[in-house]
Amino acid sequence: MARLAFFGLVSLALLFTDTRYRYLENMRQVAAIAIYPLERAARMPGELLAQVGARFSSQRALSEDNAALRQKLIEQSAAAQGYASARQENDRLRALLDLKSRYGAGAAAVEVLYAGRDPFTQKLFVDKGGEGLLKPGAAVIDAQGVVGQVTRVFPHMAEITLITDKDHAVPVKVERSGVRSVLFGSGAGSLPQLRFTAPNADIEVGDTLVTSGIDGTFPQGLAVARVVTLERDTGQVFARIAARPLGGVDRSRQLLVLGDAASLPPRPEEPAEADTARKSPRGKGRRG
Amino acid sequence: MMALPRVPPLSVARPEEILLPARPWFIVLTLAMGLMGNLLPLSGVSLALRPDCLALVLLYWCIKEPRYVSVGVAWMMGLLMDVGDATVFGQHALAYAVLAYAAEYFRRRVLRFPLWQQAVQVAVLLALCAALVLLVRVVGGAPLPGWTYALSPLTGALLWPMASVVLQWPQRPARSASDL
Repeated sequence: MARLAFFGLVSLALLFTDTRYRYLENMRQVAAIAIYPLERAARMPGELLAQVGARFSSQRALSEDNAALRQKLIEQSAAAQGYASARQENDRLRALLDLKSRYGAGAAAVEVLYAGRDPFTQKLFVDKGGEGLLKPGAAVIDAQGVVGQVTRVFPHMAEITLITDKDHAVPVKVERSGVRSVLFGSGAGSLPQLRFTAPNADIEVGDTLVTSGIDGTFPQGLAVARVVTLERDTGQVFARIAARPLGGVDRSRQLLVLGDAASLPPRPEEPAEADTARKSPRGKGRRG
Repeated sequence: MMALPRVPPLSVARPEEILLPARPWFIVLTLAMGLMGNLLPLSGVSLALRPDCLALVLLYWCIKEPRYVSVGVAWMMGLLMDVGDATVFGQHALAYAVLAYAAEYFRRRVLRFPLWQQAVQVAVLLALCAALVLLVRVVGGAPLPGWTYALSPLTGALLWPMASVVLQWPQRPARSASDL
């Protein structure tokens, strides 16, 4: 019991320090290196198993004869299929390269390793890490739109928080009317929302939201989402607006991490009393 | 290499059977395998159904070999799990430490039951572990996960009989009581 109390208290202390402050990132890095081989090993059979599993489930209904015929067909069409997928990949890479030329040097193309396993957050892990390429805070896009933001960089991989994560927010504006707002993620299975938008704001269903660029993290003008539902309830202070991400948040495998955004002038010093008033909502729930 | 025991497959030692002591390297190996099982890059349905392998292995060793594996080891493995999942430091550590303590508390009782009844009790323990993680996260401001969150303790419990058989295998004496 004494041991449980001890370890329990240590865990609680860790939980507190890790959610409130970020002192433990170094410790996390060290432990991440320690379990990297395990993770690598876990990834290999996983990929293989997934392939095998997919094959089994699609062929279970067929007779052996049928399977043999299909095998032949696959063998013969392998070349053709390879060509199609190569062309598709080529197109995608070309689209990314085009974006790269638009947003300058320092952009890095990455590939998704796996989706985060934590059911409480929406994260991706990609195959490039702290070799000086990626920096925490960098915007991540695919050929269609914004996907998320690099939040942690490990030696061999990086963690990307998706725009659907509950604690993620993107400053956006409506492409058509220029109305500014912020798009907040709302967790797995639900669409990101534009909170704190007045009911009479000039927003319509079908409007495209693009980054406004005022946060200095996301460059201006990247497509983010399209408004799908809009409820203007005059009894409420704010409209309820949900938008579907345009980027392949849950499908894209090739992503582009943008380099430094155009450097903004440093933030002006805020007066002391305004500082304390503003700090509390921002510090709270920075990370889940 | 040790000699593999000649016992019927897919059977578990009866209570009167005396098992060999577990080898420390085997415990370490199985814990590493459990951690690896949790690190499998799954998604979608398989992720929802994935049992907490590490918790299962820890639970087994906490029940069978409390001298080697108890609260401290469980806590350490929890920390590694937190790093692997890139979650808040301490959530799995806390949950596994409590799991290990509960296992220590219940171990004499659990072993008296047939496997499937053990599985029911294991389900309760795993659910406790998952509920702790849920509590920590919700207090920390995370949204509630879907109902599928409750599936993983259940699949874990379903795997318990298999895990018991596999983890017990090297400890069965070469001339098992079931041979006589």
